[in-house]
Amino acid sequence: MLIQFLIILFSLFAISRLFKKLRSKEVRNTEFYSWLFFWFLVIGATIWFKETDRIANFFGVEKGADLAVYVSVLFLFYLIFKLIVKVEKQEKEITKITREIALKK
Amino acid sequence: MFMNLFIVIPTFNEGKSIRETIIKVKGETPEANIVVVDDGSIDNTFKQVKETGVKVLRHVINRGQGATLQTGNEYAVRNGADIVVHFDGDGQHRVEDIKKIIQPILDKEVEVVLGSRFLDKNSNIPFTKKFFILKPAIILNWFFTGLRLTDVHNGFRAMSRVAAKKIKITQDRMAHNTEIISEINKNKLKYKEVPVQIIYNEYGQGFFDGFKILKDLIIKKIL
Repeated sequence: MLIQFLIILFSLFAISRLFKKLRSKEVRNTEFYSWLFFWFLVIGATIWFKETDRIANFFGVEKGADLAVYVSVLFLFYLIFKLIVKVEKQEKEITKITREIALKK
Repeated sequence: MFMNLFIVIPTFNEGKSIRETIIKVKGETPEANIVVVDDGSIDNTFKQVKETGVKVLRHVINRGQGATLQTGNEYAVRNGADIVVHFDGDGQHRVEDIKKIIQPILDKEVEVVLGSRFLDKNSNIPFTKKFFILKPAIILNWFFTGLRLTDVHNGFRAMSRVAAKKIKITQDRMAHNTEIISEINKNKLKYKEVPVQIIYNEYGQGFFDGFKILKDLIIKKIL
């Protein structure tokens, strides 16, 4: 199926970028292996997608693809939460710097 | 006799009115230290304030009214303030009320005095603002802070040195009003409300600003 081909192609592209980032030391080893594991998981689930249905059934979901969507949504919510925390922290830091400049002048 | 009184005036793009506000405050309380905190204005506010000769602190970028007041508080505390007054730069507050708002602190009755436009009927509050913004804000504020006040988004307040040191404003934007009340409760500071008059020269915060404040308060509760 075309969609399988596209997902695998994208995953391979992501893995190639990952190696590039490792070489330029932009990612730590733990980060590298976590992402590598994730992309291989995506490739595996795409090739043996029938098998993912069994895992999905275990969680009470009919299809593996549906489970992947649910997990992705949860993951995205978590990611947004992490980003909000990070942005809030940076906002506070910017305020602190702005205040110090104002008080020093 | 006054103690070391600091009047903190936050301002942002108020080049048209800030000069008049400062002159009025100077006239009413000549013994006070006036500190104007310019929150990164892009008009001629900074120049206007400079010309009046009062102390002016400048945020190089806009950080919001909460951040501006905290900068003012820190400056006042570092420079030996006994009483810190927050007074809006847009001409909504009456200088005649300054003495009224600091009196309970001078009398050592309380640590914080909050201005309220609802304790008398002198403020001509627009109907929609009163019933769709200010009154619901009072209920929400009660929920978030545990203190039931008659007015919560009134920026006119006075605090003793002890209170100014204890109250930490971390809400940079408009949710600082609620945060200050929360800090009063958390630090068990004695407080009272006094009636002040608000002059409505423009509409001020709109209905949707209320949602922004709510969003900031919820995020702070979660994080």
